[in-house]
Amino acid sequence: MIQNTMNSSGVATEKTTVPNRRGFQRHKKTIILLSMVLPGAIWLLLLRYLPMFGIVMAFQNFEFYYDNPTLFNNIIHSSWVGLQNFAFLFATSECWQMLLNTIGYNLVFIILGTIISVAFAIMMSELTQKTLMKAYQTMMFFPFFLSWVVASYFLYAFLAPDDGLLVHLFKNLEITQLGWYNDTRPWPYLIVFAHMWKNVGYTVVLYMAAIVGIDASQYEAARIDGASKWKQIRYVTLPHLTTLIVVLLIINVGKIFNSDFGLFFTVPMDSGSLIPVTQVVDTYVYRALLSTGDIGMSTAAGLFQSAVGFALVLITNAIVRKVDPDSAMF
Amino acid sequence: MKNSMLKSNSNSRLGAVSIPAEIILHVIIAVFSLVCVVPFIFCIIISFTSKESITNIGFSFIPQSWSLDGYNYVFDMGRQLWISYFNSIFVSVAGTLLSIAVCILYSYALYRRDFKYRRFFTLFAVFTMMFTGGLAPTYQVSKNMLGLSDNYWALIIPLLVNPFNLIIMRTFFQSSVSDSLIEAATIDGSGEYNTLMKIVIPISKPGIATIALLTILAYWNDWFSALLYIGDNNFYPLQFLLWQMQSQVDFLAANSGKGLETVVDVATLPTQSLRMAIVVLIVIPIACAYPFFQRYVVAGLTVGSVKG
Repeated sequence: MIQNTMNSSGVATEKTTVPNRRGFQRHKKTIILLSMVLPGAIWLLLLRYLPMFGIVMAFQNFEFYYDNPTLFNNIIHSSWVGLQNFAFLFATSECWQMLLNTIGYNLVFIILGTIISVAFAIMMSELTQKTLMKAYQTMMFFPFFLSWVVASYFLYAFLAPDDGLLVHLFKNLEITQLGWYNDTRPWPYLIVFAHMWKNVGYTVVLYMAAIVGIDASQYEAARIDGASKWKQIRYVTLPHLTTLIVVLLIINVGKIFNSDFGLFFTVPMDSGSLIPVTQVVDTYVYRALLSTGDIGMSTAAGLFQSAVGFALVLITNAIVRKVDPDSAMF
Repeated sequence: MKNSMLKSNSNSRLGAVSIPAEIILHVIIAVFSLVCVVPFIFCIIISFTSKESITNIGFSFIPQSWSLDGYNYVFDMGRQLWISYFNSIFVSVAGTLLSIAVCILYSYALYRRDFKYRRFFTLFAVFTMMFTGGLAPTYQVSKNMLGLSDNYWALIIPLLVNPFNLIIMRTFFQSSVSDSLIEAATIDGSGEYNTLMKIVIPISKPGIATIALLTILAYWNDWFSALLYIGDNNFYPLQFLLWQMQSQVDFLAANSGKGLETVVDVATLPTQSLRMAIVVLIVIPIACAYPFFQRYVVAGLTVGSVKG
C-alpha cells in the first residue's frame, strides 16, 4: 500500500482527497475475506468447538432425559459426579492395559519405523537403476492409499480360519494352531508388521526427498578424501537427515497417546479374545461409547487422551522450534 | 529439480556401491516392495478361485480350479453392492467438491497477509489439530444436534474440513502466488472473488490437485463415519459393506433385493471369493489411478508432512 502511494501520485492524491472511501474499501475487503472463511469456520465451530463443551459429560453420570432427549437436555438433567468417572477408569485394570498398549506400540512404531525408513531411503538412494528405484517406491507406497478394512482382508487371506494360507501351511506341517484370531501371542508382531507395511512407504518418500536434496559435491569431496561408502553415509547422509529424523521423532512422541483406530480395530477383525493385546485408548473410547454405552467413561478416557496429548504437543512443539524453527507447527 | 538431480547421478558407476553390494540392496528392497503389493494380488487370485478349491486346499496362489462365482454372485444378486458402489462414488465426488471449495476459500483468506483476522483464523484451525472434545462428545453433537444419522450428510460432513489440508493449501498459495500479483489485480479493479477464481486458482492447480486427491482418497477409504452414523444399509458405502461382511457372511444374501421368497442356501454361497471380489472392486479404482496421482501426492505430502 505504501509503495503504491509512492509509485503513483494519482493514488496518493486519491488517498488525500477521499480518505473515507479508502477506509470503506479496506473494510469491504475484510468483510469479503471473512465471507471466505465463513463455511470452514462454521464447520470448525460445529464439529470441533461445540463438542468441546460436551466434555462436561466426563464429570457427569450421563443419563437420557426421556421427556425430550436432546443432547442439551440430557446434559442439563444428568447429575454431577465430579471426578468419579476418572476414578472408576483408573481403578480398572483394562485402563492400564490400554495405556500400556498405546504407549508401547507407539514407541515400537517410532523406533522401528525410523530405523527401517531411514535404512530403506539410504539403500534406495544408492541404486544406480533409477527406473527400478521408481518402481520399488511405487510398490512400497501403495499400501498407504488403502483403508485398514481392505488391509485387514489382506491379512485375513493368510490367517482366515480353515482357509488361510498360513493356516493350511501349518496344518500340512502338523503344527498345532489355536486359531489366529483367538490367539493373542502373535498379535503384537502382526500389529507392528501391519503398521510398518502401511506406513514405511510414506516415510521413505519423506527421507528420500531429503537425501535427494543433499548437494552431490559433498559426496565428491568425501570420495576424493578417500571416504568409503559407509563413511559417506555416516558423515554426509546421516547428518543431513538428523534434523528431519529428530523433528519427525518429536512430532510422533507428541502423538504417543493417539493411535490409528483402524489398525487396532479392523486388522484383528474386532476379535474379543484379542482385546488384551489390541485395546488402545481409541478403541476403548469407541467400545465404551457404542458397545457398552458408558458415555461418561468414554468421554473421560477421551478427555484424558486429549488433555495429555495437548500438553505433549505443546512441549514437543517447543522442542521442535529449538531444533528446527521451520518445522515448528506454530 | 528432483529429476535433474537423479539424472546427473545415473548412468555412471562413479561413486556407486560395488555391483555385488547393489545386487544385495536390490534383493532386500525388492522383497519388501513385493510384500507391499503381493497381498492384493493374492486377493485377486482368491476372488477367482472356485469354492471347491478353497474347501480342498484353502487360499492358494495356485488354486486347483478357477471360477467366476464370486463375481457372478455379486453381479446377479448384489443389489446392496450397487447401492454401496453408488454411495461410495457419490460421497467421494460430492464430498471432495464441497471440501475443496471450503478449503480453498478458507486457506486463501489465511494466505492473504492483509487479512485483518488472519492470525485468529489460523489459530482457530490449528487449535483443533491439537485439542479435541474426543469421540464421545463429537458423536453426541453430530448425531443428536446436527442430525448426522442415516443420511448422506453423515458421510460427507465429518470429513469436510481437514485443518492439515487448510495449512498445506495455504503453504501452496504462499509458494506459488506472489503478493504483488494480488496487489496488481486489486489495482486493476478485480474483486476479491474474481482474483481468486481467475488468477489464484489457475496458478495453484497442482496444489489443488494434490489436496483434491488426498480428499477423494479419504472419502473413498472412509468407513469410520458409517460405523458411527449409519445403520440403514441403503447408505452403506463399499468400505463399510466390506467391514460388515466379516461378521455377517450372508449379508448380501439377506439384502439381495430378490425378497425373502428366494431362500439362499448360505452353504452354497461362495463366501470367501465373494468377500475378496469386493476387496478387488474397492481397490481396483485406486490401483488404476494410483500411478497417475502418485507424484501429486508425493509433492503434497513432502510439503505437508512436517509443516503440518
